[in-house]
Amino acid sequence: MYPREFDYVAPASLEEAFVALGDDAKVLAGGMSLIPLMKLRLLSPGLIVDIGRIPGLDSIEEADGHITIGALVRHADTASNPLVTANAAALAVAASMTGDVQVRNRGTTCGSAAHADIAADQPAALIACGATMVARSASGSREIAAAGFFVDTLTSALTPAEVLTAIKLPKAGPGEASAYDKLGRRGGHSDYAVAGAAAWVKKSNGMVEAARVALTGVGTKPMLLEGVGSALVGADGSDAAVAAASAHALDAVTVLEDLYGSEEYKGHLAKVFVARAMKKALAAV
Amino acid sequence: MTRYLGTSVKRVEDPRFLRGLGKYVANLTLPNMAYAAVKRSPLAHAKIRGIDTTRAKALDGVIAVFTGEDLLEGTGGFKCGSLPCGFQVPNLNMPPHNPLAVDKVRHVGDGIAVVVAESPYIAEDALDLIEVDLDPLPAVVDARGAMADGAPLVHDSAEQNLAFHWPLGDEEAVNEALSKSDHVVELEFINQRLIANAMEPRAAAAEWDPATESLTVWTTSQNPHTIRLLLGAFTLGIPEHKIRVISPDVGGGFGSKIFHYPEEVIVPFAARAVGRPVKWVATRSESYVTDAQGRDHVTKAKLGVNNDGTMTALHVTTWANMGAYLSTFGPLIPTALYITLFSGVYKTPVIFGEAYGTFTHTVPVDAYRGAGRPEASYLVETMVDLAARKLGMDPVELRRKNLIPTDAFPYQTPVALMYDSGNYQALFEKIEELSGYESLRKEQEAARAEGRLVGVGFASCIEASGPAPSAVAVGLGAAIGLFESGAIRVHPTGKVTVLTGSHSHGQGHETTFAQIVADQFGIDIADVDIVHGDTGRVQYGIGTYGSRSAAIGGSALVKSAEKIREKLKQIAAHQLEASVEDMVYDQDEGTISVAGSPDMVKTFAELAFASVLANNLPEGMEPGLEESSFYDPANFTFPASAHVAKVEIDPKTGEVDLQSYAAVDDVGNVINPMIVEGQILGGIVQGVGQALWENGIYDEDGQLLSGSMLSYAMPRADGFPSIALDRIETPSPHNPLGVKGAGEMGTIAATAAVSSAVLDALAPLGVRHLNMPLTAEKIHQAIAAAGNGGGE
Ligand SMILES: Cc1cc2nc3c(=O)[nH]c(=O)nc-3n(C[C@H](O)[C@H](O)[C@H](O)COP(=O)(O)OP(=O)(O)OC[C@H]3O[C@@H](n4cnc5c(N)ncnc54)[C@H](O)[C@@H]3O)c2cc1C
Repeated sequence: MYPREFDYVAPASLEEAFVALGDDAKVLAGGMSLIPLMKLRLLSPGLIVDIGRIPGLDSIEEADGHITIGALVRHADTASNPLVTANAAALAVAASMTGDVQVRNRGTTCGSAAHADIAADQPAALIACGATMVARSASGSREIAAAGFFVDTLTSALTPAEVLTAIKLPKAGPGEASAYDKLGRRGGHSDYAVAGAAAWVKKSNGMVEAARVALTGVGTKPMLLEGVGSALVGADGSDAAVAAASAHALDAVTVLEDLYGSEEYKGHLAKVFVARAMKKALAAV
Repeated sequence: MTRYLGTSVKRVEDPRFLRGLGKYVANLTLPNMAYAAVKRSPLAHAKIRGIDTTRAKALDGVIAVFTGEDLLEGTGGFKCGSLPCGFQVPNLNMPPHNPLAVDKVRHVGDGIAVVVAESPYIAEDALDLIEVDLDPLPAVVDARGAMADGAPLVHDSAEQNLAFHWPLGDEEAVNEALSKSDHVVELEFINQRLIANAMEPRAAAAEWDPATESLTVWTTSQNPHTIRLLLGAFTLGIPEHKIRVISPDVGGGFGSKIFHYPEEVIVPFAARAVGRPVKWVATRSESYVTDAQGRDHVTKAKLGVNNDGTMTALHVTTWANMGAYLSTFGPLIPTALYITLFSGVYKTPVIFGEAYGTFTHTVPVDAYRGAGRPEASYLVETMVDLAARKLGMDPVELRRKNLIPTDAFPYQTPVALMYDSGNYQALFEKIEELSGYESLRKEQEAARAEGRLVGVGFASCIEASGPAPSAVAVGLGAAIGLFESGAIRVHPTGKVTVLTGSHSHGQGHETTFAQIVADQFGIDIADVDIVHGDTGRVQYGIGTYGSRSAAIGGSALVKSAEKIREKLKQIAAHQLEASVEDMVYDQDEGTISVAGSPDMVKTFAELAFASVLANNLPEGMEPGLEESSFYDPANFTFPASAHVAKVEIDPKTGEVDLQSYAAVDDVGNVINPMIVEGQILGGIVQGVGQALWENGIYDEDGQLLSGSMLSYAMPRADGFPSIALDRIETPSPHNPLGVKGAGEMGTIAATAAVSSAVLDALAPLGVRHLNMPLTAEKIHQAIAAAGNGGGE
């Protein structure tokens, strides 16, 4: 558990960080995923750019109809912040189910997104809640929709030169609600998701007007289940409608078998948790 | 002064640990120290064609690299021997176990070479530069499969991969009783491989002093004197009196730190060879592939039972996985600590058990918390549940029918052991009350009517703790006696240093042993210091495992204290000019007075000082106040327990929700209730870990698939309800404290109780048995096979 040799900088501003970043560099936020990978020598970056001392990145704020989560906001803050619980309940719950207390006190929501683990909790919630990822580098700033941000196993849309400086969440309007549920690797909500799903719904006049459902732990990446969402739209949100929609859970998913579940079991769980997330979201409207 | 025994004195070691002031081997820094790292086999079975260390040796900061051959050949007349097995059952096949592999590697993690470097980082870098040419060979990982025709041999000298066969009991009588029974329930099952995962990974450091030609070894051991003995007699060949083994603060062992490990040989060798102190600290990844692992049995069992619920006979055959080499006590676990426990708390009249210990291309297997006894209780309790189901009888009722009656103690079982004391009826009454057993069954009935999968599990278990006496242990195969030593040194000011051969690595001996000694003398507990874990300070010791320390180590201290009290009485009698017979030792006050004349009194401290002033001692008495004892117990002690678990299973996911847990344990007299509760609670959590989550999985090539914290599911607090604990106290009649062991009881009962609950929940679906761990997926498969468990 001794990493290979590396250099370390702790820039005082984002601009300094941008200068340091490059192909052989890695951003260090909470370190909950990066440090273990380095200690196992699965990853050996030449330079660590510790963004932990850059001021102004650790707050959750409301502006222009959005909730903004800074790059240094910890899982524990995301889980308990009233702006998040009120506007993106799925994300708050997913953050509360991430790891254990120590991990939640150090790991960051942006780090979890940037790390893009196939079984991470918050990415599914970000997709369902319609989040926008703000990526900045020396050459400027761009915004990426969460649904397009998770590219593959441990691969996000970020370039090595970019820092995910913030995540923007739309404010919840009338009739909108979201939820997240999972089966953890140790049963209950403990540890990475064997299967987890997030759902966001908008109801008006008793009908589902819009829906976004995302899945994690099952496929090759946390992903939007377009088939499920569109099957729910126009329905009344009854248990039967939920069941019918959840039948589409695997429409576009390649189920990955691992130690925690066979292909068959994971596929089954995907439907179960997609349905549970939708029910919870509908009940919360 | 108040008495301490039986009270929850706060642990005196905790302020040190909580403030980060503990001193572990990894904290040790010696002048000019170098660091070792071990190159390990990535394959389970392969021929070593060649090892090229040239590039590693050329790396800046690398001091030396040694291979298995180098250790055997030695430097300057100093070479390493094979690691011995310390428990020799009859006809044991004991192939050599070189500290670093020679010719062949036999499990993933088998050591191949050691690098000594200026820093642990450089040592790790150098490992990547060692080129090992391995010729892969087929592997065998399964205990029973290892004996199959054509299975690859782990050692050429062990045909059929058989290390030993150990039968116990009258097989003919058992077969006859089974043939006459109304029913025979049969089951074939697996008790899966577990990985101990002590909080602190193993570590070893060594320093050779050429001036005195002596060696100091620091190691994370539960029994430093045993390690010194093995280093001296077998592996290093340095005379035992020239070796000092120090086992300082140790962060948990659970059995895995009992054994003599290769690194305890490699590191001293390297230190002597390079002429500098050397330290090695295992990474967590190394722990997974080098710490001896636990359990791993394949078992076939038959239990006879009559229509009225009477158990008639038990027949068991077990294939026990020994791994690639015999670990220090490997053969003990599935034999004398397993088969001898098959009577449980029941009066089954005839029992036969046999174990085949087999070699496989996996990490060696040895004692892991409970060591043989959890395997036995899981076996017995699972069979009893099956019998109850077969008869349509409440499982508790069936158990009650077969309990050993309270007036039957001492009770001779058909499998060698003689139980010292017990009151199983009282245990049952208390657990039924504490758990609300009857109302749990009513709740279950109501839940089942709604189609919910609710289960209630029950386990009533026996433990044999503190293996003893030495004559019996050695007769069974132990290579050392199983007594314990304890010395008490009273300083002139009445302060006390206790030197015990027991070793505390989480058990809290610094508190409980101080309670014992303070009460013996009637002095303040703050005036007593406990020293352990250093062969240079402690006279001798056997160490801590098998829930032995209070009963054996504690009793040794009582014996020494009695000698000191006797001497104090003689001094007091002499100085007070009274007769020794009239001296009264007041253990509440710490004073000795003349019977009937409370004014004629001396305090403990006054007498301690008198003993070194030495100007006014009885004729012929030696000055000073120090006594030691070697206490060899008359028997094991036999703690017992009854645990109840309630679970509900989510039929859609198969997930188990452990909703309530109650445990009543009888560990004899209790020295410190808080510490005992901590031991029981920790044990329960560990036992539930086996029932629900933990699994050391090897694929057919011998790769450990669950070789990290990510893939090996250790239990966590959030998986547990609040656990209700209570106890009864049936003192052991044969040790002066009346204590039994408390360290393993939780583990022994919890695995059986939770497995029982899950299988009870699934019974209405026709599920008869599932092997542990009872993961959500496995349970869901069973539910689906029964035609349930569809989508939401
Ligand atoms: C014991 C344990 C249990 C866990 N359990 C769970 C669980 O149940 N569910 C779950 O989802 N996760 C779990 N995790 C992972 C945890 O959520 C991590 O905290 C998270 O994945 C990474 O966040 P971090 O801030 O620690 O990032 P770091 O570890 O610092 O970085 C992770 C990766 O993201 C990059 N990165 C981080 N921040 C940025 C940024 N702002 N811009 C660009 N790149 C960035 C880094 O370069 C690195 O590649 C667990 C981790 C541990 C150690």
